[in-house]
Amino acid sequence: MIIKCPYCGPRDVIEFTYQGDATRTRPEPGSADQEAWNRYVFDRTNPSGAHREFWLHGGGCRQHLLVTRDMTTHAISSVAFARDAVKSATGERK
Amino acid sequence: MAEIQSPLGKAYVPGDHGNAAGGVGVTIRERRNLSIIQVTAWSDTIPAVLTAIGSATGLVLQNKAGLGRVAGEKSVFGFAPGRYFIVGATPELELRLRSVIAPDLATIIDLTHGRTVIRVSGPRAEWVLSKLFAIDFSEHAFPIAYGRATLHHDIHTNIQRIDDETFDLYVFRTFARSFWQTLGHAAEEVGYRVE
Ligand SMILES: [Zn+2]
Repeated sequence: MIIKCPYCGPRDVIEFTYQGDATRTRPEPGSADQEAWNRYVFDRTNPSGAHREFWLHGGGCRQHLLVTRDMTTHAISSVAFARDAVKSATGERK
Repeated sequence: MAEIQSPLGKAYVPGDHGNAAGGVGVTIRERRNLSIIQVTAWSDTIPAVLTAIGSATGLVLQNKAGLGRVAGEKSVFGFAPGRYFIVGATPELELRLRSVIAPDLATIIDLTHGRTVIRVSGPRAEWVLSKLFAIDFSEHAFPIAYGRATLHHDIHTNIQRIDDETFDLYVFRTFARSFWQTLGHAAEEVGYRVE
């Protein structure tokens, strides 16, 4: 599998570390909602098809990436810097 | 100041090695007595840091992935967003950079004692390096003066292309002797010279 890093270009998967499902939402730090924490920590949808996930390009530019990958074919449809994707999702100013 | 010892030690054997019939496919040598400084800009200070690096070294970079410049012993290159190696024979290079880059612009780390620089040169350089690193070494994919951060056998290396057939490899000092031997094995097939 080859991931096309937005900074480094196409690199072999051996340079990357999987950092988990990017679709889950973390409860507020002060939340005592056990169900919400349980979902956040344990529940995964395991879809057959496109999936948003975090990868770390530790063997290159060391940036955290947001990758959309097809779980069946491993075809990657988009790669972005995670910080930009999170900022645009939360509306945070750059 | 104490003289820096090469970590290559007895593994550094000048002369011709490997396949003599192949001629000298690559020449390898250690670049010594360099200052190696890493500068990391904050996300909103990259243009200002590039200007400051330019005023300290005379090498001005645009903000573009992997871009670098080389002038004699001096070189600069990017290998991650806002992150640069600045290299030169000047012992005061770090002080010179600190005089123009305050902490609100970037962080500065002196890697002089942490990296060993190996120069690989010759008509078979791309071929030999392709055995060690899973990146495209052809000149259209890896232009002159550009930098890369990648791995050999899970160990980090920074690479800068110096000219059409010359590359500088920045490897961890503690792994330098092992890497030097691996590089020799990879180059045996084409014949290599140690200078
Ligand atoms: Zn990268």
